[in-house]
This record gives sequence, C-alpha cells and structure tokens, in this order.
Amino acid sequence: MTYRTYREVEGSDRSRLAEQVGEQRNRVVERLAGVERVVPVMSGKGGVGKSYVTAALALELARRYEGRVGVLDADLTGPTVVRMLDARGPLKVDADGVEPATGKGGVRVMSMGLLLESGQPLKWREPDSEQFVWRGTLEAGTLREFLADVKWGSLGFLLVDLPPGAASIANLANLVSDVAGAIAVTIPSEESGQSVERAIRSAIDCNVDVVGIVENMCSYVCSDCGHSVRLFEGSAGLRLSEEFELPLLAQIPFVPGQASTGAIGTLADALIENLS
Amino acid sequence: MKFLCIDCDEQMTFQDRQVPGDGTFAASFECPHCNRRIAMLANPFEAQLVNSLGVKIGGRTLEEEPFEQTRRSVVGKDNAFVDEEDTTGKPIRWSAESRERLERVPRFVRGMVKKIYAEYATEHGITEITPAVMDSARTELGLEGM
Repeated sequence: MTYRTYREVEGSDRSRLAEQVGEQRNRVVERLAGVERVVPVMSGKGGVGKSYVTAALALELARRYEGRVGVLDADLTGPTVVRMLDARGPLKVDADGVEPATGKGGVRVMSMGLLLESGQPLKWREPDSEQFVWRGTLEAGTLREFLADVKWGSLGFLLVDLPPGAASIANLANLVSDVAGAIAVTIPSEESGQSVERAIRSAIDCNVDVVGIVENMCSYVCSDCGHSVRLFEGSAGLRLSEEFELPLLAQIPFVPGQASTGAIGTLADALIENLS
Repeated sequence: MKFLCIDCDEQMTFQDRQVPGDGTFAASFECPHCNRRIAMLANPFEAQLVNSLGVKIGGRTLEEEPFEQTRRSVVGKDNAFVDEEDTTGKPIRWSAESRERLERVPRFVRGMVKKIYAEYATEHGITEITPAVMDSARTELGLEGM
C-alpha cells in the first residue's frame, strides 16, 4: 500500500503548531514595543548580589526616568526581587494582559515571588511524574508569558534579573531578539570570575552585547567608622574587564544596613551613557 | 501533523478535542469525502509535550489568555490574581477544563454562552467556573447542548 507523505499532502497543517509558536514570539515583540531597552543582569554564579544590583539599579533609574522602569525576575526558582522592591499582589488580569505589581519608586515588577505562597518552592501541577523531562520547557513557557502577557507599557528600561547559570542568557535571547546589552555581575573572587566568564561567553555566543562588568562586594565598609577592608581575595572584576575589553562599570562596597547609592549612581550613569 | 484518509487520498479535517482530565487528550478528525472519522488518543507523556509548549492540537479556537500556561501549571497561592470584573464587579475565573469545554461551543454563540455561565456563577456566588459548575448551569437553565 502506498500513500502520500506529509509534504506530499498539500494544504496547511490543521494544528498549525509551528505557527502557534511563531505567534507566541510575535506577542513578545508586540508587548515590548514600548520598552526602549531590555537589559539582562547576569552572573553565571549565585550569591554575588545580582538581584540586589538589579533592584538598586532599578530604583536609581526609576528616579531618573519618572518611574518608567520595569524589573522582570527571571529567577523562577529563587525569586527575591519582590521583597527587595516591596512589590505586592494580587495581580490584576484582563483580556489584554496582566498588570505588573508596583514596587518602590514606581518600579513595575513581575516575579514568580508574586505567585507563590511565602517560603514555598516553585512546583508544577502537571505532569505528576517525569517532571525532569518537562521542567525546562515549562520554565521557558513561563518566562515567555512574563514577557508577552505583562502590560509593561512604556519603559525606559526593563531589567531582567537572570537566574544563575551560563545558559540563562540564551533562554532570554531566544525570546527577545533586540536585547540592548547585558550587565555581568561578579564578586572579586576568581571562582566567581570563572563562572561569570562562562556567562559572558554565552552572551557573546548568542549575539548579546555585554555593556560591562559590575564588581559587587568589592570591600566591607564599617557603617560606624567608615574603615574599609577587602572581603574576598582576587580582582575578578578587573580581570574580566581587561580580558573582554569591557568597562568595569562599578565597584560596589558592602555597607551593612546602607544602600551603596554612590556606586549604583555611577552604574546608572554608565548604563545610560552606553545604551543611549 | 496531518491525517490522511488513505482510501480517499484526502486530508482529514479536525473536528473536536476532548480533555478527560486524566492527563490524556483526544482529538477527532473526519474525511471530508467519505465522512470516515478517527480519533487520535494521546497518552499523558504526549499530552504534556503539547501542553508544555503552550499550543493546541487542532489549532486554537479561543485567543490565548494572559498567563494561560503559568496559571494552569504553577502551584501558586489562591489569591495571586484578580480576574477581570464581570458586570457586578465580582471576579470570575475559568478553569483550564472549563475553557477546553467552552472551546467546543460553536464560535458564533461562544460569547453569549460564556456570558450566560458567568452570570450564573455570579448569581450563585461562584468565583471559578469548572465543568461541574457548567453542568449545574446547563441543568438548571435548560441549556442542554451548550
């Protein structure tokens, strides 16, 4: 018995699965049409203060852009931005999309932290078994909806707090084709430097420009006497800056109980200058 | 994916989709020439492949809702979202299963049917429309067939 094969049967595929995926991508483009710059904040390594840098930078930029700043917390399994920016739900939904939460400084925020019960880990309802097979796809789908279905509106900057791991920038770049430029955050240690190096190479591989390096926790400053000491051995920020010929945008000291407004202001200045 | 009626050498057309709620799904197709019908029965693994991509076998008949996949898949807090308000100002939510059922209603009456169910839910103080709510409404309001 012979019969025609897929390509021999003329006429469209009734399910149009490829077209449906294409339409999902188009919705991301349409939704971000009012966003002037999408800026991922990446590190490749956890615990370097990437979310702190994202939140503090968002506040500083919101001051300069009359609140026209958004933060997308792409760290689905460890969301922290909601707490840092004091953003709260519930999220209002209508046919056009989801209204983001408003945090300090008027920053618009979307995060898995707004959807989960306090202290509860991210769990998927389905499937009930073999979740390891699907988890990556489900997370990618959620990230897509965070981009496409949130009413971001007109923004000067949309900062994307990426989860640790060198591949996270690739997931974003697959969904957003015109990323303005990424910021790479490290701490001074060479262990961190090597992880961030992988993230930078990953960004380069997917044609995302890296605006520069931020070295966080470059020192510890006593909030009483102002005495400063080094927290970590190494100078990963400087090393990465030289190796990749990227500017060291800011070195942010750790000052207990205080925001490092000076260094964050310097970072905002550099970002605006590089992406204007 | 295409279905070919070998006897007629005709591409079969999508008819309907069923989601029984056990992780599987079914889709039926018909030959436009001889009217022969077949059902494609997908196991949970195959169903999940489609679900995780956020696409629909047979194509979409309803616009994708905001956060459709996230709301269906993530175990989150009950009050994470406030849905659009109906005419009485009370938020109404449609479960994934009830949306699937709504998609089987012919397009030209779907808006009216959706409104009827929403009004029924409002009158009964129901905040989420599920297949059970739809069954109750059909029985009470004499809407058999919707």
